[in-house]
Amino acid sequence: MKHVYGWLLLTPAAILLIGFTHYPAVATLIDSFFSTGTAVRPSRFVGVENYAALVDDPIFWQVLGNNVWFALGTIPTAIAIAMVMALWVDEKLPARALVRMAYFTPTVLPMIAVANLWLFFYTPQIGLFDRVGALVGSPSHNWLGDPGLVLPATMVMVVWKEAGFFMIFYLAALQSLPPELKEAARIEGASRWYFFRRVTFPLLMPTTLFVLVNATINSFKLVDHLFILTKGGPDNASSLLLYYIYQVAFSFFDTAYAATLTVVLLALLALLAVLQFLLIEKRVHYR
Amino acid sequence: MKWLSAFVMSVLLAAVGPARAETQLTFYYPIAVGGPLTKVIDGYARQFEQEHPGIKVNPIYAGNYDDARIKALAALKAGQSAPLSVLYSIDLYELIEQDVIVAWDDVATMAEDKAWLKAFYPALMMNGTYKGKTYGIPFQRSTIVLYWNKEAFKEAGLDPERPPANWTEMAQMASKLVKRDAAGNVTRWGVMVPSTGYPYWMFQAFARQNGQDLMSRDGNATNYAHPDVIAALQYWRDLGIKHKVMPEGTVEWGTLRQAFTEGKTAMMWHTTGNLTAVRDTAKFPFGVAMLPASKQRGSPTGGGNFYLFKKTTPEERKAALAFVKWMTEPARAADWSMATGYVAVRPDAYATPKLKEYAAGFPQAVVARDQFEFATPELSTFQTGRVRKLLDDAIQASLTGQKSPADALKAAQAESDKLLKPYR
Repeated sequence: MKHVYGWLLLTPAAILLIGFTHYPAVATLIDSFFSTGTAVRPSRFVGVENYAALVDDPIFWQVLGNNVWFALGTIPTAIAIAMVMALWVDEKLPARALVRMAYFTPTVLPMIAVANLWLFFYTPQIGLFDRVGALVGSPSHNWLGDPGLVLPATMVMVVWKEAGFFMIFYLAALQSLPPELKEAARIEGASRWYFFRRVTFPLLMPTTLFVLVNATINSFKLVDHLFILTKGGPDNASSLLLYYIYQVAFSFFDTAYAATLTVVLLALLALLAVLQFLLIEKRVHYR
Repeated sequence: MKWLSAFVMSVLLAAVGPARAETQLTFYYPIAVGGPLTKVIDGYARQFEQEHPGIKVNPIYAGNYDDARIKALAALKAGQSAPLSVLYSIDLYELIEQDVIVAWDDVATMAEDKAWLKAFYPALMMNGTYKGKTYGIPFQRSTIVLYWNKEAFKEAGLDPERPPANWTEMAQMASKLVKRDAAGNVTRWGVMVPSTGYPYWMFQAFARQNGQDLMSRDGNATNYAHPDVIAALQYWRDLGIKHKVMPEGTVEWGTLRQAFTEGKTAMMWHTTGNLTAVRDTAKFPFGVAMLPASKQRGSPTGGGNFYLFKKTTPEERKAALAFVKWMTEPARAADWSMATGYVAVRPDAYATPKLKEYAAGFPQAVVARDQFEFATPELSTFQTGRVRKLLDDAIQASLTGQKSPADALKAAQAESDKLLKPYR
């Protein structure tokens, strides 16, 4: 009887999870072994043909590479900035609430709105960056039109957008640290940097792990800005895996290949999450 | 009790009666909700309902062309279809392959209807016909035109009333129009042609001007690697790399209008759909001209057509036909063109007094129409998304200097041949 009661309590959540997460994932995996059907040629089983096409697809490898650079470029920077901002607004400052809010503002804006703003920041000559650059005599840059600059340019925007969000977690963690530690350190004559390195930073590790997992997932799932800023161009230089999946599914209508790409993305994310939890979990807690 | 049952009956009749006679005409329309055009469309729908009791029109605003297509097809798969939709004119082959649309010829059977099908500019019908049948009725259609800043022309010592007529002239005039500051940085470019968003569309103009179309009329072959096509891409690239009159790299579609109205480029190639916006924001006199010629003039058409879906009742088809005919009447086509800058889709719209008067005061409005003579249909093939992206990537790779035009286009042609072989 107890079991029935327990299962009943679980049912609403289970239905949602199965209906919107597990079933689609399994269906995607199955679809990736079939061809895309049209009215004339119905879908049929093709084994690993889609995966073979994926290995031969140079754009897939390019967007995957872009995504790795994008992750490496955004995650450590966003985390470092978030931590510095949190330490800063945790102090007693004049107008502290205002500063905190200012740092958090980018987070509450929708990505599409942010991208529309930054599109004009990046516009050659009339944009914010070129205007500021012109003051110090720097020539105009075609930020989004140069394959060498476009990916870093989108990274800067994403760091700006994400850092405030991560700051909130650090701020919460900092406020839960016992104040005795700080007092003890002061009595012992520890410098601020020493205190941060040996006490605060290690105590923040669980938060850092949490933020790291979130930032990694975000770096693979955050592609809204590409719709506005670059559409993945020039020549796929700023395209990311999820955006490529969107193009394959909804512009090329190749649902089978899109399913294949999705399976790869899911596997990649699952692998990353497992690695992070298994490897870092062991060393994350302060002893 | 008798009066009560009579009352109930009459209420029931009032509630049920009109609903039974009414045909619901839902249609997807590609524009973001709340845009200025939704008001115009809503107004048309209400006016049509007044003139045609028994038909109820529900426009669904569905975002951009891609979103609208996705939503319409998703609704179709879910079994609840809108009988009618405005979708991208180049979605034709995709919709045929999915077997979801019917030809207007099957519905427009009366003599009067057949005449209506022939009332549009032939240039606009090319993206809407397949194997002799009409699937797309032109509605919001545009072409590419050249906008030029007359003040900048005067400043550079050029005749402000004479835009470049050919490629050589455009490069020469543009180099006179480039302005640099003391440090040698460019403060005004000569010309900009956008190369993000819809690079293939701009490139079709270059290719056509050099005498080439990029695809076959059956949509099963492309012509990316013809020497004249390669030369066209070379010219586009040279504007940036050799003549230094356009920024190197790609030029953003979305911010180009502002670059022009802020005076950062003296000329731009852009859609006529921007005409009204440029007129409202430019603080200097500007002109609109046909694109310059190489071997000939040329520009692709673009924009959205009315499609009729297959899964519809005879009543719905009849209502859809009535509505689309009403929407494309000369007076309404003229009104729509003035409200938006899109071209009026039929010659007799330009003969209406209202549009004549408008064009007399704002001659820029009729340039697009005059250019129809040299128009080519927008790039559209089977597997159109992939085939088009091959070209987009080739253009961008070449403009950013990563590949030569010949290498980029030959590779794109080889890939497109692979994709289109099954359709030949």
